[in-house]
Amino acid sequence: MRPLTEEETSLVFAKLASFIGDNVSMLIDRNDGDYCFRNHKERVYYCSENLMRQAACISREPLLSFGTCLGKFTKSKKFHLQITALDYLAPYAKFKVWLKPNAEQQFLYGNNILKSGIARMTDGTPTHAGIVVYSMTDVPLGFGVSAKGTSDSKRADPTALVVLHQCDLGEYLRNESHLN
Amino acid sequence: MAIVKKKKVSTPAKVVEEPKKAVKRPVSESDASPKKKKKVVAKKAQNGDGPAKKKVKKTKKVQEEEEPVEEVERLQLIDDDDEEEGLDALNFTQHDGSDDDLRDDYSDDDDDDDLPIEKKSAALDKKKERILAEGEEELQLNIANQATFELPSVEEIENEMKSVPNLEIIKQRIADVIQVLGDFKNRRDPAKSRTQYVEVLKKDLCSQYGYNDYLMGKFMDLFPNGAELLEFLEANDNPRPVTIRANSLKVKRRDLARNLINRGMNVDPAADWTKVGLVVYDSQVPVGATPEYLAGHYMIQGLNSLLPVMALAPQPGDRVLDMCSAPGGKTSHIAALMKNSGTLFANDASFDRCRAIIGNLHRLGVNNAVVCNLGGEEFAKIRPNGFDRILLDAPCSGTGVIWKDQSVKTSKDSQDVQRRHTVQRQLILSALDSLDANSPNGGYLVYSTCSVLVEENEAVVNFLLERRHCELVPTGLSIGVDGYTRFRDYRFHPSLSMTKRYYPHVHNIDGFYVAKIKKLSNAKMSTQAVMEKEKEKAQQKSQKKKEKAAEEAEDSDEEDSDSGEEDVVVNGSAPKKLNQKKQKKAGNVSDDDEDVETAPMKNIGSGARANKKRRNQKKAAAKQAAVKEDDGFNTVGNVKRAKKPTQFKSKVPKRAAARTGAKSVKNRRKKMLAKVQ
Repeated sequence: MRPLTEEETSLVFAKLASFIGDNVSMLIDRNDGDYCFRNHKERVYYCSENLMRQAACISREPLLSFGTCLGKFTKSKKFHLQITALDYLAPYAKFKVWLKPNAEQQFLYGNNILKSGIARMTDGTPTHAGIVVYSMTDVPLGFGVSAKGTSDSKRADPTALVVLHQCDLGEYLRNESHLN
Repeated sequence: MAIVKKKKVSTPAKVVEEPKKAVKRPVSESDASPKKKKKVVAKKAQNGDGPAKKKVKKTKKVQEEEEPVEEVERLQLIDDDDEEEGLDALNFTQHDGSDDDLRDDYSDDDDDDDLPIEKKSAALDKKKERILAEGEEELQLNIANQATFELPSVEEIENEMKSVPNLEIIKQRIADVIQVLGDFKNRRDPAKSRTQYVEVLKKDLCSQYGYNDYLMGKFMDLFPNGAELLEFLEANDNPRPVTIRANSLKVKRRDLARNLINRGMNVDPAADWTKVGLVVYDSQVPVGATPEYLAGHYMIQGLNSLLPVMALAPQPGDRVLDMCSAPGGKTSHIAALMKNSGTLFANDASFDRCRAIIGNLHRLGVNNAVVCNLGGEEFAKIRPNGFDRILLDAPCSGTGVIWKDQSVKTSKDSQDVQRRHTVQRQLILSALDSLDANSPNGGYLVYSTCSVLVEENEAVVNFLLERRHCELVPTGLSIGVDGYTRFRDYRFHPSLSMTKRYYPHVHNIDGFYVAKIKKLSNAKMSTQAVMEKEKEKAQQKSQKKKEKAAEEAEDSDEEDSDSGEEDVVVNGSAPKKLNQKKQKKAGNVSDDDEDVETAPMKNIGSGARANKKRRNQKKAAAKQAAVKEDDGFNTVGNVKRAKKPTQFKSKVPKRAAARTGAKSVKNRRKKMLAKVQ
C-alpha cells in the first residue's frame, strides 16, 4: 500500500473527471473526515484516512481490499475504472442516461446501448464523455462512454449505438473473481 | 374396515360348503398372482412383522398353491393381519361364533343320513374346525405381539440391510421402538435391554434417513425424545424457505418489498423479530439476478445468520472484526448496523471465498471494510486487544444445515468433529485475545456455529470460560432454546443457559448456536487465576496497611517516649521513612539470608535435576494422555494443533531422478545409436 505517484494521480483524476467533472474535489475535501487514495497491488483504493491506517497493520499479501476499489492500472499503465467505483460516480455524475426497462437487461448483460433503449438523456452531452447509466427507477446500473452526443443521437436511427458499455452491475455475477 | 373383515371371515365358511368354488379360485388367483403377492407383502410390511414371521408365511403360501383347501388358511392369515392393524379381537370371535352356529345347525339337520357326501362334509367340518382353532391361536399370539413389540436382534437387521431393505417395515419398526421407549417399563420385552432397543432404533434410523452411525448417535443423544428426533430428521430433509435481507444502507424494507413484488416475486416480512428479513415464497425471476440484487438492495441469506449480528449489536464507530466472514452476508449486515462508520475487518482463511466477500461488500455499498485473508489465530498476534467487538462464526461440521448439503449425513465422523472443535478452540481463544476489554462500549465476542452438536458449541464456550477472564452475557435475542448446562454426564458452567440454540424443526430456521461473551480483563489467564492474583494483591495491600499501622503505632510510641525533638518534625514523616528504610533493609537482609541458605541446599540435594526432569516427563505424559482422551468436552489438556503435513524430500536430486540432464541424455543417445549400428 502506498500513496499514488504524481503520474498515477493525474491518470486517476483525469478518468474520474471525465465522469464527474469538477466534483472530483468533493471526493477529497469532505467534511466527514480525511479521505485518501492508495495504490495497493496496482489497484486504487479510496477510503478514509483512519481506515487506511488500520488496514496498514495487515501485511501486503493477505490484505485484499480496504475501503472502495475504484479501479486498476493495467500493465501498460493505463487506468481502468471498475464497477465498484459506481458508488462514487453515480451521485456526482455530470452526464446521465436513463434506460427503458427492456433495455436494462440488455445493458446488464454487457451490451452497448442503442438509441431505441434510451428513455432520457442529459442535454448537452458531448461525444466521448463519461456517462452514467440509470434505470427508470433511478437505480444506477453502470457507466460507459457516449458514442454520440445528445444532438447527434436525436437525429440517429433507432439501431445506432449511443453509449458504449464500460462497466455494468452484472459484472458482480459474471466476473466476481476479477474484482480484486 | 369392519365390513371388509366380515366379508373375509365369511369366505372360509363358503369355501367349506362349496368346495368346487374353492377349487376354482386358485386358478383365478394364479392369473392375478403377482399383484396379490405384492399386496400381501405390502400388508405384511404395514404390520411390521419380524423377518422370521415372513418366512413362515412364505412357506405357507407355497403350500396354498398346491392345495386349494389351504387357501382358507391363507385368507385366515390375512384376517389376522387386519386384526393387527387395530381391530378388536372381540368382534372377530363373535363372528366366529356365529359361523360355528350356522355350521352346527347344518350338521344337526343332516346327521341321520349317512351319505358319502355327508361323511366328506363332516371330515371337511373337522378340518375347518381345526383350522379355525389354529387361526384363533395365531390371533392370540398376534395380540400378544402387539402388546410387547418383538424386537429383532442387531445382526438380523444388519443382514436385512445387506439384502434390499424394506422401507415400510423399517418405518413401522421405528415407530414401534419409539413407542416402546416412550414407556419402557411397561412396554418392554423383559428379555431385551434398553441398549438393544436403542441399537435397533439407531440402525433403522440410519438406513431410513441415510446417516452414518456416528452422527445418528450424536443426534440421539441430543434428542432423547424419539418423536422430537424424528421431527428433527424430517426437518433436515426439507428445505427452508429462501430469505433475503434488505440492505438498510441503500433501501428500506418496505420499498424493497414493493419493488420486488413489481418484479413478480412473492415476498413477505420474514419474522416479527427482524426488521430487515424478507421471505420469498415464489418468484418468477431468479432471486439472485434481479437488478435490485445487482444494485445491492438485498442479500440472500438465511434467517439464522441475522441472529449473531443482532446479538453482537455493533455500534457506529466501533472497531469490529468478523473472523470467518465469507461470503460476507453477516459482515455487510454489521456494516449496515454501523451505518458505514468505524472500521470493519472481514477476514477469511480461504482466498477463493475472500473474493466473494469483496464482491458482496462492494455491491452492498460497504466502504468501511478491510478484507484480509489470514488465519484466524493470527489476529491475536497482529492486533492484540485491538477490537471492540468480534463476531466468530466458526467453521463447523454443518450439522444444522444438512438440507443444504446432504453429504454431511455420511461424511462426518468423530475425527472430523474433533478437528473442527480443536480449530474452534484455537479461534475462540485468539478472538478473545484480540478483544479490548477496556473499550468504552465494547469488549464483546459473539460465537456462533451452524452446528447443533454440543462439542462444537457449549463445550467450546465452556473451554473459553475456563481459560480466560470473561463471562457470558444474555444474547438479547427473543427466540431460541437455552443452551445446555448439563449434557449426558458432562456439566458446564451454569451461565451457559444464557446462550441460545436454534433447531430447524422448532424455529424453521437452520440449526444454529449463538453465545455472547464479555471480556472482563486483558489478562491472558483464567478467571480463577485472575481472582487469585487479585486476592494476592489485596493481601499485599492489607499487609502493607498493617505494616503502616504498626509503624505508625511504633512512631507514636516513640513520640510518646521521646518527645521534644520529634515534635519539630512535621507529622513525623521523616522518622517514618527512616523506619521504613530500616525495616526494609532488615527484611532484605533476612530475605538474602534465606536465599543464601536455600540456594546451596538446592544444589547440594543429589538428583535435583533428575527429579525436575522426572516431574516434567510426568507432566508431559499427563498432558498427552489428556489430549488422547479428548472427546470434545474436557478442557484440561492442551489445545491440539493439527500436524503440519511433512513434505516429501527426496535425497536424490530431481535431475538425477528424472535422468534428463544434458550429459545423461547425450550418453543415452550415444548408446542408442551404437545399438542401432
